[in-house]
Amino acid sequence: MFSQKLAQQSLRRLAVQQPYAMRWSMTNAASPAAVALGNNVQKRQAATSSNTSDPTQILAQQRKNRPVSPHLSIYRPQITWIGSSAHRVTGLILSGGLYLYSTAYLAAPVLGWHLETASVAAAFGALPLVAKVGLKSLMAFPFVYHCMNGVRHLVWDLGRGITNKQVIKSGWTVVGLSVLSTLVLAFL
Amino acid sequence: MAALRSTSRLFASSRPLFRPAVFARSYATVERDNPTTATGYANPKTIPATQTSDVAEQKPSPDARMKTFHVYRWNPDQPTEKPKMQSYQLDLNKTGPMMLDALIRIKNELDPTLTFRRSCREGICGSCAMNIDGVNTLACLCRIPTETTQQSRIYPLPHMYVVKDLVPDLTHFYKQYKSIKPYLQRDTPAEDGLEFRQSPEDRKKLDGLYECILCACCSTSCPSYWWNSEEYLGPAILLQSYRWLADSRDERKAERKAALDNSMSVYRCHTILNCSRTCPKGLNPALAIAQIKKELAAP
Repeated sequence: MFSQKLAQQSLRRLAVQQPYAMRWSMTNAASPAAVALGNNVQKRQAATSSNTSDPTQILAQQRKNRPVSPHLSIYRPQITWIGSSAHRVTGLILSGGLYLYSTAYLAAPVLGWHLETASVAAAFGALPLVAKVGLKSLMAFPFVYHCMNGVRHLVWDLGRGITNKQVIKSGWTVVGLSVLSTLVLAFL
Repeated sequence: MAALRSTSRLFASSRPLFRPAVFARSYATVERDNPTTATGYANPKTIPATQTSDVAEQKPSPDARMKTFHVYRWNPDQPTEKPKMQSYQLDLNKTGPMMLDALIRIKNELDPTLTFRRSCREGICGSCAMNIDGVNTLACLCRIPTETTQQSRIYPLPHMYVVKDLVPDLTHFYKQYKSIKPYLQRDTPAEDGLEFRQSPEDRKKLDGLYECILCACCSTSCPSYWWNSEEYLGPAILLQSYRWLADSRDERKAERKAALDNSMSVYRCHTILNCSRTCPKGLNPALAIAQIKKELAAP
């Protein structure tokens, strides 16, 4: 008897203090009769989702369409990567030039070209001064820059000079020195 | 019960009335009439900001310092549309000092559809890594330049697949990290059975390595990683590799070195040094890679 009274009392207290909790607990408990009659079964009257595609395929579908974010065109030009690409480009110019000239030199007797030193020197000597300086610096800059930057790479391979400050300093030093020595070589 | 349900249904149906359409979240899932028939990648050419709409803060005060932010946008729900640059104008007087503050303000007050990752706002989680004004950095550690005439441009990390707006797909990056076995490998038990001890000198070798938060700023700044990310590990993962190579407690040094000793994993590094230049934590991945190369060359 006492326990029943206690339970009743606490229920009453709950009803006063938290009426919503009370209502929730009461309404949620279906009566045995309702269960037996099937009144308690939840029904959906209409389909709420028309999605028949396989949900596991959505991500796979999206992956097919993803764009690549912009890279070269938006990255800020810095001495690090601009200098590196210049190193590569000058290397290509130097080796490509060598290959082109040497194959042409080998093929010259067959094709009747005059690429021997004497005729090339004579042709160069006949050019105006501006063209001479221009051509010379075009040849000199790739060579000088590639050589000096190559030294930088050798130092880096020893694990030295790889701090931001040193890299920026040595990079601009190489650019300045190669411009200077290009001018010297061009006016030689 | 029935009464309860009908009221909740009534509430649900009336919700869109009180919510402007812009706040309705579009999940990446349901709509069937999406033009997902298009295959191949979306056109990566970005529509410039001059051809897209401008979103500005409303009613700026007379002494407002309005600054323009151009933000990369791409929506996976419209896969056939080109990525575009959208402009937002914010009053710097009302905005926090960091780029992340600006992005959060844009999302909260101007355009809730803007998508980006962020978590700790103090440079320790690495979520908000993005390309800001041409340099990869963490938005939470990047101050907004107070020069209002200078416009800021915000892109996702370069040469990554874009999930949405500023969110890149880092799956491959994490797979590469997993591939180097980033954990202590030992066969011999500890001497005292409690912990693997290390001298202070050996511990010091890990300084400048253990601080890496794997934000992927360095890897995605590396042109070599742009072109060879399939096989080249990239600066961040190589720095982590060296962190385990340099650890005196690890006993699989030979195996780790053998895994790296091929033409692609390490040697696609051409010492471009963008990585060290861009690291928002001030670490030096290029130096770590140089150390790996030295160790591989002279065992």
